[in-house]
Parts: sequence; structure tokens; C-alpha cells
Amino acid sequence: MITLGHMLTLSALLFALSVAGIFINRKNVLLLLMCIELLLLAVNFNFVAFSRYLGQIDGQVFVFFILTVAAAESAIGLAILVVLFRERKSINVEELNRLRG
Amino acid sequence: MFVEVLFYAFAAVLMAAGVTVITSRNPVYSALSLVVCFVTSAALWLLIEAEFLAIVLVLVYVGAVMVLFLFVVMMLNIDVEKVRSGFTRHAWLGVVVTLVVIAEIVGVIYARRLGIDATRGAAPLVPGSSNTAELGVALFTRYAYPVELAAMLLLVAIVAAIALTMRKRRGLKVQNISAQVAVRASERVRIVKMDAERRS
Repeated sequence: MITLGHMLTLSALLFALSVAGIFINRKNVLLLLMCIELLLLAVNFNFVAFSRYLGQIDGQVFVFFILTVAAAESAIGLAILVVLFRERKSINVEELNRLRG
Repeated sequence: MFVEVLFYAFAAVLMAAGVTVITSRNPVYSALSLVVCFVTSAALWLLIEAEFLAIVLVLVYVGAVMVLFLFVVMMLNIDVEKVRSGFTRHAWLGVVVTLVVIAEIVGVIYARRLGIDATRGAAPLVPGSSNTAELGVALFTRYAYPVELAAMLLLVAIVAAIALTMRKRRGLKVQNISAQVAVRASERVRIVKMDAERRS
């Protein structure tokens, strides 16, 4: 039997892994976007687990909306990334300091 | 017992792929490992009987979002070595934050006083009920307006992505359709009055 604790622990590990990924890959915008996708996946794990273990469908509806927003976010994020690379020939976060004022 | 073996197998694959995502030198390998992450997550969601979302995860993420990522990786010619030059400088910070987050979340899960019984199994399904049908009923009755908003959000995302990445090249010959349609005969034909030429 897969218990709620199993799912929540796995989700916590995945969440922590992707937070670590954000700290490790601090320069590459593309990998930062991938780590954000992984974070959202971990959150979705929590929603699905609680939805199934409490016997309510609403959690899965929320996962649906999170998937929608994540897809929109990655599409716009990648579009910004492409424009950025065209302008600066680089996706290094540390070179993105034009707005410093 | 068999379900638990499957759970641990998929969880191990998921964790291994996650580690590859954040440590791989090549962004293509990271994207492909992320695909593996999504597929194993879909399998895990199938194991706890959330079938519709498992299928949607594969269709939307593996079929659309990750393909988009791979296209972008191919389009950008990234100098990986230069981008990764600060890899180990922040690794200790990553490890510390990871351990803190794991400790916090696991502490919350297994804290007995919060009233969460983390050792129980999934809620029993009603015989004959379908996950997809239940989700559909919820989406189109109670959550009808949020669904419309989500559709609107996707439309805005499409328009924004296209508007951001479309570029106009200089010297490209294109038709100006509205100018063509709005033209009048008097603007195109010029009638010149002149005397007849004398035959020499």
C-alpha cells in the first residue's frame, strides 16, 4: 500500500532537489526554467496525493490549472529567452544587468 | 507489496533523473532527463489512481512543453563551459538549502500533532466511478469560470509568445494588403492631355 507519507516524502525530495538545482545552476536561464518546471511537478505531486487520500476531486482540478499556468509560463519564458539571446548573444544571468539603473 | 515495489522503482528513477537534470553539463541531456521525470511521475500518478492527470501530464509536458524546450536548446548556440564556470562555487549553498527544505517538509509530514495521518492508504474508490468523469463534472460545473479563465490565459500566452519572437527583417518584400485594397483607379492611371504629334 502506498501511503500518504510515501507520496509526500517523494514530493519533498523532488522539491528540495529542484531548489538545489536553482542554486547550483544560477547562471543558465534555460536550466533555471527547467528547475521551475520540476518545482511545479513536486507541488502537483502534493495536490494529487492529498486529493486521492482525502477522496476529493478538487485537488486534481487545481493540478489541471497549475499545468495550464505552467505551460503558459514556459512558453512566454522561452520566448523571452529567445529574444534575449538574439539581443545579447548570451543567456548568462550575471550579464543581465542593463536594468540596474 | 507489488505496488510498493513499483512505487520505489519509479521513485528511484524519478530521483536519478532529477539529479541528472540539475547536474548535467549539456542542456539537451537536462531536457531529456526532465522528460524521464515527467514520464515516471505520470506512472506514479497512475499508481495512486489519478489516471486522467497522468495522461495529461504526458501529453502536455512530454508532448508540448519539453519539445519546446528542446527546440529552444537547439536554436540557441549556448557556450556551455562559460555558463557553467561558477558551478561548484554555489554548490555548498545548494546542499545546505536542500537539507533544510527536506528536514522542514518531512518534519511537517510526520508531525503527529498536525492531525495528518500519513500512514493511511488512498481513499477507496466508488465502484464503477471514473476519474475522468469525476474530473470532467467538477471542471464544467463548479469550476466552469476558472476553466474559461485558463483558456483565456493560454490565448494570451500564445499571442505574447508570437509577438515577442516575431522579427521584421530589413529589405524583405511583403505585400501591404490593406493599401492594395484601398487603392483607387484615379491614383493609378494618369490621363495626360497633349497635342497631337505632327508626322514628319
